[in-house]
Amino acid sequence: METFLGIDYNVWWYLVFGAVISGYAILDGFDLGAGALHLLLNKELSRRIALNAIGPVWDGNEVWLVIGGGALFAGFPVAYAAIFSAFYVPFMIFLVGLIFRGVAIEFRSKEPGKLWRKTWDVVYCVASIIISLSLGLMLGNVALGISLNEQKEFDGDWLSFFNFFSIMVAITTLALFMMHGAIYLVMKTENRLYTKLYILARQFIIFFVLSFVITTLYTLLYVPHLGDFFRAHPSSFVIPVLMVLAIANIPRQLKIGKYRFAFISSSVTIALLLIMVALEVFPYLLYSKDNPANSITVHNAAASQKTMKILLIIALIGTPLVATYTSFVFWTFKGKVKLDETSY
Amino acid sequence: MDVEILARLQFAFTIAFHYIYPPLSIGLGLLLVVFEGLYLKTGKKIYEQATRFWIKIFALIFGIGVATGIIMEFEFGTNWATYSKYVGDIFGSALAAEGIFAFALESGFLGILIFGWNRVSSRVHFFSTLMVFLGSMFSAIWIVVANSWQQTPAGYHIVGKDMEARAEITDFWAMVFNPSSVDRLLHVWIGAFLAGIFLVLSVNAWYILKKKHLEIAKPTFKIALVAATVFSLLQLFAGHRSADVVYKYQPAKLAALEGHYDSMAVADMFLLGYVNNKTQEVTGIKVPGGLSFLTQGDFNKPVKGLNAFKPEERPTQVNAIFQFYHIMVAIGMFLIALTVYASWLSYKNKLFEKRWLMWVFVWAVLAPQIANQAGWFAAEMGRQPWVVYGLLRTSDALSKTVTANQIIFSLVLFMMVYALLFVLFLYLLNKKIVHGPVDHGTKEDIEEGSKRDNPIMDHHQ
Repeated sequence: METFLGIDYNVWWYLVFGAVISGYAILDGFDLGAGALHLLLNKELSRRIALNAIGPVWDGNEVWLVIGGGALFAGFPVAYAAIFSAFYVPFMIFLVGLIFRGVAIEFRSKEPGKLWRKTWDVVYCVASIIISLSLGLMLGNVALGISLNEQKEFDGDWLSFFNFFSIMVAITTLALFMMHGAIYLVMKTENRLYTKLYILARQFIIFFVLSFVITTLYTLLYVPHLGDFFRAHPSSFVIPVLMVLAIANIPRQLKIGKYRFAFISSSVTIALLLIMVALEVFPYLLYSKDNPANSITVHNAAASQKTMKILLIIALIGTPLVATYTSFVFWTFKGKVKLDETSY
Repeated sequence: MDVEILARLQFAFTIAFHYIYPPLSIGLGLLLVVFEGLYLKTGKKIYEQATRFWIKIFALIFGIGVATGIIMEFEFGTNWATYSKYVGDIFGSALAAEGIFAFALESGFLGILIFGWNRVSSRVHFFSTLMVFLGSMFSAIWIVVANSWQQTPAGYHIVGKDMEARAEITDFWAMVFNPSSVDRLLHVWIGAFLAGIFLVLSVNAWYILKKKHLEIAKPTFKIALVAATVFSLLQLFAGHRSADVVYKYQPAKLAALEGHYDSMAVADMFLLGYVNNKTQEVTGIKVPGGLSFLTQGDFNKPVKGLNAFKPEERPTQVNAIFQFYHIMVAIGMFLIALTVYASWLSYKNKLFEKRWLMWVFVWAVLAPQIANQAGWFAAEMGRQPWVVYGLLRTSDALSKTVTANQIIFSLVLFMMVYALLFVLFLYLLNKKIVHGPVDHGTKEDIEEGSKRDNPIMDHHQ
């Protein structure tokens, strides 16, 4: 096992993969949240402004999912194969959701008719909700573990994915994205639309905190193995503490009008949540709940050391590039949304 | 139907539908760079109008390309889990590189391309157009590298046995520059250029026939025609090189392309024909010894035929492969004839007088699309029964846990969704074309614009 700075390549790649998934959740999270609350905006102009707030960036945000898929495929092919063939049905629904979300944004503005636009508004909103829920459902099942046979392939019933814990994770994910999306839109809007979104953002914070607390309590009572890491390493409690502080900081920043800080806090919340999940499941990529020996880990699912090295080099070259032009695009479209002839 | 047929059907359907769009993006991207470059250089309004017009069409095409492309990224894992484990080291690296080096570049700058007109300087906008075009070209590189490795594997070794066997990289650059990747990449790039260029030719020919937007349609038609002529001719060269690689590394596929069974016989080249898979005979119009000549420079040398391979190591659907291949070649020849003739007329200043020719160009948009699809079908079916040539069989590459019912469910789902997408795409494309390049913004936009001028009306919830 080759190492860099005392950490082996597999763990490095796990960190890269985790960073990409966090990037996806933070970036596409606000697009999905904005989509999920879309129908709560009533006026045509409000909906257009909300769409144009994500317009120039949502496509770039979705790329993080593609990079994540590639990162998993290349670095942990066994996990890639097992996860997507196991979650076949929910994942197909997720993909169809992604198709409809994308084309709804694209198609909506192409016709002025009321029925046309209303239809795509509904498609956009429903697709965003379905994407968020199915992502959360899969994350919940990954955390919980599924049935794997000796070939490290799924041998259970896919209906078992709809368990209480995973459904709660799905709802929490939706709530988190709605909160995150509302804060993003607060940052991008003015006047009455801004006021409405401000109120919505505060409601979604409550929605998120409630579902998060229920999920956490359920985990502590019924899925105790997910707390093993934190019990074994008491100092790691600093992470949930930081997360609570980040959440508490959101309404505070909103109140004093520092929307960008509120948005950063919300992004940090997402990152810390995923770090907690990662710490709880590590070194497993997919836990075999009936027979832990069949579990897929960062070590038994990995590509060769040579590939790991190549991948790390690709990431080292690629990440600064992507970070640079992503920042450039966000900087270009900074500030409140102004509609012009190129807008949706 | 069994899982293998269904999984192949699903892959063929989703990839074929997806592949309508990326070639259009690549080809349009090239012309966008040209049009916007000319606008920057000359400052002429017509080039700005052409750029803005084609960017709107680009956005529509790109949107569907992305939506249908994400499916592909995950379909390996959902339907082809064994394949994914087997090639993850190699195929996965190429996909990861595509995501980070190509797709991210393309999608990142796309926002500026579409929405950035009033936010950045014209130079920065041009730079963004260039980056989007380069991103789409880079995408093609990594995807073709990954696919070419399946055709002519290199730079790897096999670790483990039976179910545990997998290919691992030994030499990254040998994997990237495997024997077929460069030639196939050129072939794919040019095919993509032609797809986009013929869309521009088609739309402009229609404007010329309808006597609309002539001040934009005529000059941009001529620019596109130059590009179309150059690339149609280059494609002959690139296509030949691709076939040569097939001759050297995939002899069973080459034999299938011409329906050639008997290894002792001289191989003919057919212009069109029909392969009887049972009697192993081809009927049609042929150049006797043509394939022997093209591959070895001698009309009388025999070429290895399908019978030289065990039945389980050669493709079975020979007639289908033969037809796909010949459709592609015939279209390639047709495009050369069409563009060279039109260029000659253009040189004589008689191009726009021939109405029948303009009608040919209106419909010729379909030709490169059909050729691209047919070429890929020939390439992928010709590789059978292997998914990785000589190493992994398609029948061994499936997901063991996925059932026929699950695939039928997702296949029917995709068919319905894609049918809907395709109808909407054609409807919106047609609408944009009818609307034309002059005055950007719809009536609705103008109404919204007047609202915008009134600050009290603004942002009312």
